[in-house]
Amino acid sequence: MARKARAIEVRFGEQLTFWGQLVRSAFTSGPAIAWVTVLLLVPMLGILLTSVLTRGPYGEIELRFTLENYRRLAGFGLFGFDPQYPFIILRSLVMAAGTTAVCLLAGFPLAFFISALPGRLKQVALTLVVIPFWTNLLIRTYAWQLLLGPDSFLATVAEALHLVEEDAPLYPGTFAVYLGMLCAYLPFLVLPLYTSVEKIDWSIAEAASDLGADGPRVFWHAILPQVMPGVVAGMVLVFIPATGQFVIPDLLGGAKTVMLGNAIQQQYGASRDWPFGAAITLVGMAVVLGGLLLQQRFTRKGGEPGEGML
Amino acid sequence: MRKLSWPLWLTSGLLYVFLYAPIVVVIVYSFNSARHGGPWRGFTWQWYATLLDNQDKLAAARNTLVLGGLSTLVSTLLGTGLGYGLSRYQFPGKRFFSFLMYIPVVIPDIVMAVAMLMFYSQVRQWLGFLELGMTTMVLAHVTFQIPFVAIVVRSRMVGMDQSIEEAAHDLGATSLQTFLHVTLPLILPAVVAGGMLAFTLSLDDFVVSFFTTGPGASTLPILIYASVKRGITPDINALSSVIILISVIGTVLPMLLQRPAKHRGDT
Repeated sequence: MARKARAIEVRFGEQLTFWGQLVRSAFTSGPAIAWVTVLLLVPMLGILLTSVLTRGPYGEIELRFTLENYRRLAGFGLFGFDPQYPFIILRSLVMAAGTTAVCLLAGFPLAFFISALPGRLKQVALTLVVIPFWTNLLIRTYAWQLLLGPDSFLATVAEALHLVEEDAPLYPGTFAVYLGMLCAYLPFLVLPLYTSVEKIDWSIAEAASDLGADGPRVFWHAILPQVMPGVVAGMVLVFIPATGQFVIPDLLGGAKTVMLGNAIQQQYGASRDWPFGAAITLVGMAVVLGGLLLQQRFTRKGGEPGEGML
Repeated sequence: MRKLSWPLWLTSGLLYVFLYAPIVVVIVYSFNSARHGGPWRGFTWQWYATLLDNQDKLAAARNTLVLGGLSTLVSTLLGTGLGYGLSRYQFPGKRFFSFLMYIPVVIPDIVMAVAMLMFYSQVRQWLGFLELGMTTMVLAHVTFQIPFVAIVVRSRMVGMDQSIEEAAHDLGATSLQTFLHVTLPLILPAVVAGGMLAFTLSLDDFVVSFFTTGPGASTLPILIYASVKRGITPDINALSSVIILISVIGTVLPMLLQRPAKHRGDT
């Protein structure tokens, strides 16, 4: 179907010569392309350049090339080997992967639930997933401070059930960060997954069932392969922004949940070491690019990334 | 239709509660007369009333709206052109620019924020303009809004019946006439939906604004962040509730606008 749409897409333009198309492109897409090139592509290349420059004594950027920032990121600092930054990178990846896993666990039942609802209810259920996604993340995150705070209902219940130890509150900490992350990223996973679930050919599952496969095996061999494009798209959409997240660990985590985003913010704020901040950012971007390439490998014929969000 | 088992109902129900719990708690607390969060001490409107007296918050609200309005205007114009051009014409480097267009959608917003902050600083150093403030925030917001507008417009273009345009063309209309009198009216719902999406994105943005703003140009999310860092006061809940309300309206309306387009695409 995608191929057919594409064929229709260019039919109108094909009546024009190469130059006619070029001129019309320049008038329609040109301004936006110029804008994004100057204000996004060039600045991102700027990160690349800055990351190999030196920080001056007053926090300015000096035009002296160095790989010191990357050495420091790898743990070799002024005072010998200190694995602080490798740990931050590792923790970011682990927490982003953990968030993705939690979102998958929660996203599967939700996607199947929505797709099994009758027509109108389906639209409502889907809209209800999207609405929180469009309400300010900052507000939703600090709301968890209220919900998990020492006097809150949840904290009281957790204490009564002895789910938490004395002096080990629900918030701040890793648990609170995961809750905040799940709340922020669940819609990112549910939407593409739902799109895939809608396309499932259930006769395959029935056939597997008739041939004697039990529930888990039907799911694993007859359903999961069919929803893989949605799973992969959703995983990328969760994993990438989760890696760079800094508001959620900042507001809900303690000192033990510093992630890449917090490390970057620290360099651009308090520490004012932009070249080092640029190096951290670049490592984060390398992770993102790796994720995108992985997605491309898995979903050759899939739609554009991010398309499921709209 | 497949059968819905009760564990599926229960899990999904709990997940909906989980998604809405933070929104509900903020709204409920905005009516709590207790000074410091905590237990319920009775209903009050006073936090909403204090909002109207607070000059900082009013200035931040004005900034937020001006930023949202200006950036939406520019990004809707540019994004519509981009979406139209990408779906109609071929040009060298089209694949690359289509990819570039998705960058703001997929990269962590902190990367974009940092890139722009450094870019502005360099321009300031070498060319002597672009002080951090409203201008830099508008530039930054337009940059991340353009792709979203373009994606919405483009998906409408793809689902559109092109024979109408071809007919106009065959009857002697120029490309510009065809666009203004045939194509634009047809894609207008998508343009409006894209614009509202862009506006909502601008209202909700915190990270990019936080990095690209300067002294005296605070927005509501920046103000809320600063307050949360100091310790939540009840009027922040009232302020947040107002923002939630606006965001919800801004989300639901474009969806309603887009619905007819979706149905047409199905058939």
